[in-house]
Amino acid sequence: MGETPASPVRVMSGNEACAHGALAAGLRFFAGYPITPSSEIAEELAVRLPKLGGVFMQMEDEIAAMGAVVGASLAGAKAMTATSGPGFSLKQENIGFACMAEVPCVIVDVQRGGPSTGLPTMPSQGDVMQARWGTHGDHPIIALVPFSVAETFDLTVRAFNLAEAYRTPVVLLLDEIIGHVNEKVRLSDSVEVVERKGPDMPPDRYLPYRHTEDGVPPMAAFGRDGYRFHVTGLAHDETGFPTNDPVEIDRLNRRLNGKLDRHRERIVDVARHACDDAELAVFAYGSVARAARQAIDEARAKGIPAGLLRPRTLWPFPDVEVRELARRVATILVPEMNLGQMAHEVEWAVGGACRVVPFSRVDGLPVRPGQILELVEREARTGAGVSA
Amino acid sequence: MDYARYLRLEKFPLIWCPGCGDGIVLKAILRAVDRIGLERDEICMVSGIGCSSRTPGYVDVNTLHTTHGRALTFATGVKMTRPDLTVIVVTGDGDATAIGGNHFIHAARRNIDLSVILYNNWIYGMTGGQVSPATPRGDRASTAPFGSSEPNFDIAALAAGAGASFVARETVAKPLLLDKLIERAIRKKGFSLVEVMTPCPTTYGRLNRKGDAVQMTAYLKEHSTSKAKAEALSGEERERAIVTGVLVDVDKPEYSEQYARLVQRLRGAPAGA
Repeated sequence: MGETPASPVRVMSGNEACAHGALAAGLRFFAGYPITPSSEIAEELAVRLPKLGGVFMQMEDEIAAMGAVVGASLAGAKAMTATSGPGFSLKQENIGFACMAEVPCVIVDVQRGGPSTGLPTMPSQGDVMQARWGTHGDHPIIALVPFSVAETFDLTVRAFNLAEAYRTPVVLLLDEIIGHVNEKVRLSDSVEVVERKGPDMPPDRYLPYRHTEDGVPPMAAFGRDGYRFHVTGLAHDETGFPTNDPVEIDRLNRRLNGKLDRHRERIVDVARHACDDAELAVFAYGSVARAARQAIDEARAKGIPAGLLRPRTLWPFPDVEVRELARRVATILVPEMNLGQMAHEVEWAVGGACRVVPFSRVDGLPVRPGQILELVEREARTGAGVSA
Repeated sequence: MDYARYLRLEKFPLIWCPGCGDGIVLKAILRAVDRIGLERDEICMVSGIGCSSRTPGYVDVNTLHTTHGRALTFATGVKMTRPDLTVIVVTGDGDATAIGGNHFIHAARRNIDLSVILYNNWIYGMTGGQVSPATPRGDRASTAPFGSSEPNFDIAALAAGAGASFVARETVAKPLLLDKLIERAIRKKGFSLVEVMTPCPTTYGRLNRKGDAVQMTAYLKEHSTSKAKAEALSGEERERAIVTGVLVDVDKPEYSEQYARLVQRLRGAPAGA
């Protein structure tokens, strides 16, 4: 974990912590394009990567940055890009390529207000559905969402580890607050690092897209040890070459989309705060979860049995965990800096087992603890089944 | 030479139409690679989308078939991660200069050591004959049914203007000159472009009544001219002239080497050590 007593205390922003986490995880290639509020990630890596022998490139546009990241990863490097909403939109086609061709990489999206150019310097959580469904076609994706600077370091490391373990792009969703807030952190010198699974067959028998038991095909690197293989965004069979065979296409799509479900237990990660005896819960993520935690503590001090379920993985969605909570509480409040994007997902998971109350803030300002406390108090007063 | 050594013969027959010039370019690339003596493991061939971009599938090297227009971006990531690999980018006029135009000029500006073989057939072949930035003014395409109103790019001049260190143009009518130019392009340390004029009898030929592949290839040959002779031409004749040969060959700092030097400097090792 990022916080260990042995390492010195430092003050840094979430964006800086993200850069440090990436380096700790073994980042060797970063390509980016200037965009607020993510640029500090690129700026930090522009200084640090070349000193470590890694590659930093500012590309001609966001699309190029994503393409370069995929190329670098196929050549064997741990690779990352960072952007914000408009850039995230531009990257989607090549993110889709990475999903289809199963290329490990990390995409950081420091969310700002949208749509379009929106609010470059103000926070939002408007890209959470884009992280899931931004590219065309069915595809798997992992998205992580930290709520502090220290956790940004940890989840950046985790983003790389998951990408390498499951041959998939991983989206790290910060928001402008987490990206820019300065906090005290203790960064660990050593973190647990996962490397991609190399080929387990000699080159002449290697299948880059083999339908393995665990759904993750072993991955060779271009130009290494005689493994020559073909990579395409076209539908392909186990050999990696294009196919129009309906049986093979169906097999590919089902393995690809079932890959993360098979490893759900190792991917999905939620934090619970005062949930054990809660009769009313808040589902919140990112910077809103910080406000929610304070609101829950204040509610508890007033005798309201409230708890917080805080997903650190937004995708795959923690539906099992939400459903389990829904069986024990009367209401789940979902405060978000968007118009209810995850509230819909919570409602779907809950399936009517409890009330789901969305709360949206889309004026460019953060959700305040007082606003969540007010919601909690109102629910405690009027909502059915809360004992306070 | 033994072409089979570099080919994935099990992937044959080729996807290209009868009369397409792309197979001639493929063979020229293989002759160049063979003459340089490159091992299959030392080559990475990257392409975008289109007829030309299906080339890597047939070549038994490290091959990467990417998204439309973006081959150079993926190739940049490969090259910077593995500067020891020879990275050949195979693309077309639409792929490289329409949707991929931004990447094309910036890769040339950086002078990164990528060898670009650009198949120019003046049209979008795979999607059925739509107008491209290389379609000559007045020529027809499925999306320019009354003739294109736009002037076309001089692709070689575009690369030269953007900073490429080697630029050449040839037609598939002269395959033995073509492989020599491709060889020079691959040997060149820096961004190199060989623009290959190749016929598309199926779409461009039909829409413009240019005859069959033989007639179209003869046209390319007849309209080929040297840089010096082209300067003496005027008007439409000059616009239609295909200037062949080496157009740019200059030595200048190459990006991946410059970057490696920066890393060495920052890490305290003497440059070149």
